[in-house]
Amino acid sequence: MNNILVIMADGVLFASWLFLVAVGLTLIYGVMRILNIAHGSLYTIGAYTGAVFVIAYCQKSNWLPGSYLVLLGAAILAGLILGTIMERGVLRWFYGKEVVLQLLSTYAIFLILEDVYKLVFGVKPYYAYKPLLGAGNFIIGGVNYPRYYLILFFMAVLAGILLWLFINKTRFGKLVLAVIHDPEISLAMGIKIDRVYIVAFSLGAILAALGGAFTAPMIAVVPGLAVEVIVISFAVVIIGGLGSFVGAGLGALIVGLVRSFAVHYVPALELFTVYFVMAAVLLIRPQGLFPTKEVRKI
Amino acid sequence: MFRKKFFILPVILVLIMAMLSVSAGCAQQKGDVQGKAPEARDETEKAASEIKIGIVTFLSGPASSPFGIPGRNAAEILVEHLNNGKGLPPYNKVGIGGKRIKPIFIDEAGGAEKQVAEFRRLVLDEKVDLVIGYISSADALAVAPIANELKKLLVVYDAGTNQLFEENDYKYVFRTAGHQILDSVGAARYVLESNPNLKTIAGINQDYAWGHDCWNAFRDAILALKPDVEVVTELFPKLYAGDYSTEISTLLSKKPDVIHTSLWGGDMEGFYLQSAARGLNKVSQLIFTAGDTILPRLRADVSPGIVILARGPHGALGPKHELDNWFTSIYTDRFGLRPVYPSYHMAQAILGVKAAYEKAMAAKNGEWPTTEEVIKAFEYLEFDTPSGVIKMAIGKGHQAVEPVNVGITGEFDKSTGECKLEKVKKYPSELVNPPDGVKSRDWIAKGLKTP
Repeated sequence: MNNILVIMADGVLFASWLFLVAVGLTLIYGVMRILNIAHGSLYTIGAYTGAVFVIAYCQKSNWLPGSYLVLLGAAILAGLILGTIMERGVLRWFYGKEVVLQLLSTYAIFLILEDVYKLVFGVKPYYAYKPLLGAGNFIIGGVNYPRYYLILFFMAVLAGILLWLFINKTRFGKLVLAVIHDPEISLAMGIKIDRVYIVAFSLGAILAALGGAFTAPMIAVVPGLAVEVIVISFAVVIIGGLGSFVGAGLGALIVGLVRSFAVHYVPALELFTVYFVMAAVLLIRPQGLFPTKEVRKI
Repeated sequence: MFRKKFFILPVILVLIMAMLSVSAGCAQQKGDVQGKAPEARDETEKAASEIKIGIVTFLSGPASSPFGIPGRNAAEILVEHLNNGKGLPPYNKVGIGGKRIKPIFIDEAGGAEKQVAEFRRLVLDEKVDLVIGYISSADALAVAPIANELKKLLVVYDAGTNQLFEENDYKYVFRTAGHQILDSVGAARYVLESNPNLKTIAGINQDYAWGHDCWNAFRDAILALKPDVEVVTELFPKLYAGDYSTEISTLLSKKPDVIHTSLWGGDMEGFYLQSAARGLNKVSQLIFTAGDTILPRLRADVSPGIVILARGPHGALGPKHELDNWFTSIYTDRFGLRPVYPSYHMAQAILGVKAAYEKAMAAKNGEWPTTEEVIKAFEYLEFDTPSGVIKMAIGKGHQAVEPVNVGITGEFDKSTGECKLEKVKKYPSELVNPPDGVKSRDWIAKGLKTP
């Protein structure tokens, strides 16, 4: 029984991290129909900015909650600035172009940013572990967990709720839904699509940066973080259905739980199980578990 | 208005990047111009007074920070001192045999196929005299047959696979550092001596050749020395996984007496931080076989009670003697951090090459030797290094053996800025390396008997 509790806890905690990163990817695809390979670079800038700010903060203050606010602020700042530059500087020139061109452009951004990060941050690792080590612990199923993981979990839940409220309960969210449903009609009805795109992309970028910033205290922040993140995020959004927020949540949960079971019982199959689930979903429902509805035009 | 504002930002970014590229290009061009003498005769004279060495190490990617850059730094500082004749005896002759060393640094990132192409380019286009390099075992294994094919001397400086000389004979290839068996066997011996009642072990190692080889050697060595030990779990997270929370939960649930890991770089540091936050080191004895690099990085935040190895007698676990003090001081003065084991491995390679060339020259009354003569001098050579005497004792004289020192972290020492290493045990090379001509797998299976 204890072991099942531990497996569930591990699965849910990993899923919260995955959701934070993947929901931004699916939001950008849902609104703009762009598969953003540079999403991992947004995660990386969040990790670097979060680490740099937290290291500076911890040298001056021991008040732990302040470090979480610093991580939050760093992620919003980094995601907003880089997301806006990426959307306005590159992606807007590719709207309506072939998917291959869009993919290549985001791949180019990803490659360029990998080197830009090395120029700006160097190749030395950054350690920002004070928020992790200082947060204390709690027990599930007899196993020790850092309380910091709870912050990551609540951050994911909060992000999910706020995103849902924003999309479904605000005027701007309704405009976003209209653009998701049919960009051409939305334009004809007077919706400023450019503005919707900027907001959606920046929001997706902030979510990716949040994932990176709140992961920074658990790792050594080094060049090359982006690759792993983007691969598993794609698996999540493909399982859930590209463009679906609920799908991203469910996809993250499935991947988290399947991986957790594998690591505990058949560790040799850890990677296989995650991608086996993805392949199985693609076989049975090629559009994922919660596909967005396609409008058929006559 | 809105569009214009946002358009300015990327334009500025592109301009900055263009300026950076142009200035880098200018620097490159400047270097080229400075490297060329006005007359061809000067060029020829200069070439005759130089020994060109291709130095291949990770300059980008996740392996650059913990391994590649410390290796490069060691090469840079040693070449500079040797070229100025400022080495300690017996390395106080200028350069190598009086010829100044001209290093050509190459990035190891990009995979084995790229490294094969780079090696050919170094030999055929750059006309290097020899190549020192390779951290990745896959790269070393791919390049070794090419060195033989092109009849060019290759000195592998850090890659750990024991397959290099156990599966093949390479006349033109040498490795001046011990292979991974010494870490795994050293760790196994240390664990059993510290805890003779050991009952359970577990491993968390990266899911590629290095991780599997290290774990297999450690597990098999433990089972050969104490067959009743139970392996409770074998975890192989993928390379650069970053998150180890589920693996740590598994280890906390299984509560093995000992947890072995050969994780390195960011993976090792991530695993350490996440496990420290959950008190894994209070439940099980953690062994980091590549743990030396963590000490100067995490400083006071390394918990007491962790078993540390340094892939030989290097760094905090190294012998304190004149050559080590000199190397540590010139390195620390330049780079601000003490050398870590990849730096020592690079020093072993450069000093080994110098020793071999100068031995070959001595046999020829001071004349510059051919590659074949250097090879003959290099085989079974013994030479002094900051890590002590290195013996090219196995692999038909092409593979170095080293002793291994193992210690356990204690309290933080303000004077060194690192945790003290306590209960240090030194295992001579014959206890942690197979005898010449015996494969590691067979040696371990037959109970690690010394000759």
